[in-house]
Amino acid sequence: MDHFARLGLPAALDLEPASLDRVYFALQRRWHPDRFVAKPAAERAKASAEAAALNDAYRTLKDPLSRAVYFAELNGVELPGDGRTIDDPELLMEAMEAREELHEAGSAEAVDALAAKARDDMESSLSGLGSLFLRDDKPAIRKALLRLRYLDKFAEEARARRMNLERSRA
Amino acid sequence: MTLLEIHEPGETPLPHAGEGSLAVGIDLGTTNSVVAIARDGKPAALHDESGRAMVPSVVAYPTSGGVLVGDEARLVMAQEPRNVVASVKRLMGRGAADLHAVAGVLPYEIEPGSGQTDMVKLRIGGKARSPVEISAEILKALRARAEAALEKPVERAVITVPAYFDDAARTATRDAARVAGLEVLRLVNEPTAAALAYGLDKGSEGLYAVYDLGGGTFDFSLLRLEKGVFQVLATGGDTALGGDDFDRAIAERMLAERNKDGLADQVDEAAVKTALALARQMKEQLSDRDQTSGRLEIAGVPSFHALGRAAFEAMIADYIARTLDIARNVLVDADIKPADVQGVVLVGGSTRLPLVRAKVAGMIGKPALTDIDPDEVVALGAALQAESLTGGGDTLLLDVTPLSLGLETMGGIVEKVVPRNTPIPVQLAQDFTTYQDGQTAMAIHVVQGEREMVADCRSLARFELLGIPPMTAGAARIRVSFAVDADGLLTVSAEERTTGVAQRIEVKPSYGLSHDDMADMLYDSLDNAEADMMQRLLTEARVEAKRSLLALDSALAKDGALLNAEERAAIDAGRASLEGAMAGDSRDEINATAEALEMLSKPFAERRMDRGIREALSGLSVKELESRVGE
Repeated sequence: MDHFARLGLPAALDLEPASLDRVYFALQRRWHPDRFVAKPAAERAKASAEAAALNDAYRTLKDPLSRAVYFAELNGVELPGDGRTIDDPELLMEAMEAREELHEAGSAEAVDALAAKARDDMESSLSGLGSLFLRDDKPAIRKALLRLRYLDKFAEEARARRMNLERSRA
Repeated sequence: MTLLEIHEPGETPLPHAGEGSLAVGIDLGTTNSVVAIARDGKPAALHDESGRAMVPSVVAYPTSGGVLVGDEARLVMAQEPRNVVASVKRLMGRGAADLHAVAGVLPYEIEPGSGQTDMVKLRIGGKARSPVEISAEILKALRARAEAALEKPVERAVITVPAYFDDAARTATRDAARVAGLEVLRLVNEPTAAALAYGLDKGSEGLYAVYDLGGGTFDFSLLRLEKGVFQVLATGGDTALGGDDFDRAIAERMLAERNKDGLADQVDEAAVKTALALARQMKEQLSDRDQTSGRLEIAGVPSFHALGRAAFEAMIADYIARTLDIARNVLVDADIKPADVQGVVLVGGSTRLPLVRAKVAGMIGKPALTDIDPDEVVALGAALQAESLTGGGDTLLLDVTPLSLGLETMGGIVEKVVPRNTPIPVQLAQDFTTYQDGQTAMAIHVVQGEREMVADCRSLARFELLGIPPMTAGAARIRVSFAVDADGLLTVSAEERTTGVAQRIEVKPSYGLSHDDMADMLYDSLDNAEADMMQRLLTEARVEAKRSLLALDSALAKDGALLNAEERAAIDAGRASLEGAMAGDSRDEINATAEALEMLSKPFAERRMDRGIREALSGLSVKELESRVGE
């Protein structure tokens, strides 16, 4: 059963966060191990497995990027494992330049500006994904997702850099 | 026709869940512990006769024998500091390698673990004892308190642990409960329990943070509350940061002041414990006053120490700054701005410090919530969860893993399989492969932590997957699965998938205790149970003998004239031998001599009874007699 089906949701790129939460909470109310404390071990094990699968589905679909990656995989787009080397020279160049900028950013404001730019990039790239799926342009989807992954990592690095700056100032 | 129900092997349905034995909530704290019960959604902490809910988490093994817990144990501290343990929670599931985290904080003689497990032991009362068995004593005392207050057996509990407790510390806590004869319904994270206590009271909705600074641990959790759902979004903390550190800072300062005044102290375990106890008092006073002072006596030499609030706050500023750093990281993890947090709940005795309150309120931009006693709130939440689990409540707690779980790969690098803040229960798998042609075994090393290198993470378990069919490097597919249950406890399994013949190994990290240790401890407590029982029977025999002696004495005083000299001498001799037996420790001898004395005095008792009846009957008419008999 795929993650969408498990939560009783149509397999789609766009998902209303509130409705995802609603179905997830409702299903967890039914399957969470806390509801099975006094039940026989076999039922407990089944509930625990069900709750774990729900958590996996929820976690995957909650985040727009991981949802997009999962949806792409369902649709036959193959992506390299997370954290593997970038094979797109254009993206490699962009990444190197951005890292250098981040490294040179000496103030929280400068880091924030870079992080905001990465976030904006992510949002527009995510919203453009839908049309790529409509065209079933697998190479373009793959390229866009790899760039999104990189942007996500960059945003994380920017957050870490900001924490360091705040700490050294404090 | 009625069909008979057949249960799965090893399965017995619970006879009457919810009846008879009650389920309590227990906050097993570093400094204090609390037990509470909830009925119809209303939690209450259970108090002792003098009205106190808090049981100091102090255990004493006095030279006079037995085990003392709580205030009684604390009293032993002055005379026999070497036989008393406090703050043992800081050592739960800790190995010798972790001791740097607590070095200097705990004035104990610590021994590295032996054999299969790594968990340290303490040399207390001349015996090496593990933190698990010491914690079990606290749990036994809480259980006894609950049974006394509720007048019912208590066998099941929800026990809280710091959210940031790792797998080893959680396992150790579960083991301690088992030794204390308690079935753990669930281990619940302390901040989550606190939120539960608050949420139900107020029907709150939205984003809430819990700042929990206890005696030895710090947790910060961010939760979303919505219609009875408590969803933990992110959590973080430090299991070696708390009020104990503040005490130590004050104690060190006092010892330094003595040194400066030319007092050449022998700073031994006893001196440190005395200084820490005084430091704790002074710290508590500074929550209400700007200035305090104390008198410290070491080896009969007193000294006087003054401490102002400003000076104290300067001493602990770094610790508080660290808690705020952790809190900010949690907010960043959850992608939440401080302004979006609707309220922050303060938990733990250390949040009584005005500096802590001010700093936390400053970070969130709102005054902190302190309506519920910060010392009791965690136990109250645990009690609510215990009721919900046994009575089928409507609340839903969705918690997360506090730390990432992963495997060691080539070069000592950690590959994360379950990232931190993943909702639990969870089961995630990752495929690994061989790196050498013909490799038939794979060493699997499970670690917990956020760092990239294995050396910086906590090692949880190691095992080998054997019988991988020889293939070229990179061809095998080894799937390693991590399952974290609702208690936050981990199980790891591995199998080879290309060959169809799945070779499977399952490992429960058992860092806490080896099975032998566990068995010894259970036997120990059984042994003690027997000794306790014998002691009780002996006391009962003595009390009974004393009672019959008193009765005999009063009869002799009144009716001694009924006995001739020979009879009297025999009774006196029997009386003396019973007194002799009572001074000894043999219950059988007491009972035997008491019986012999009863035989000797039987004629005397009969004569007294005859006389009593004759006296009662004399002067009564037959009619009166009949009416009396008819009464």
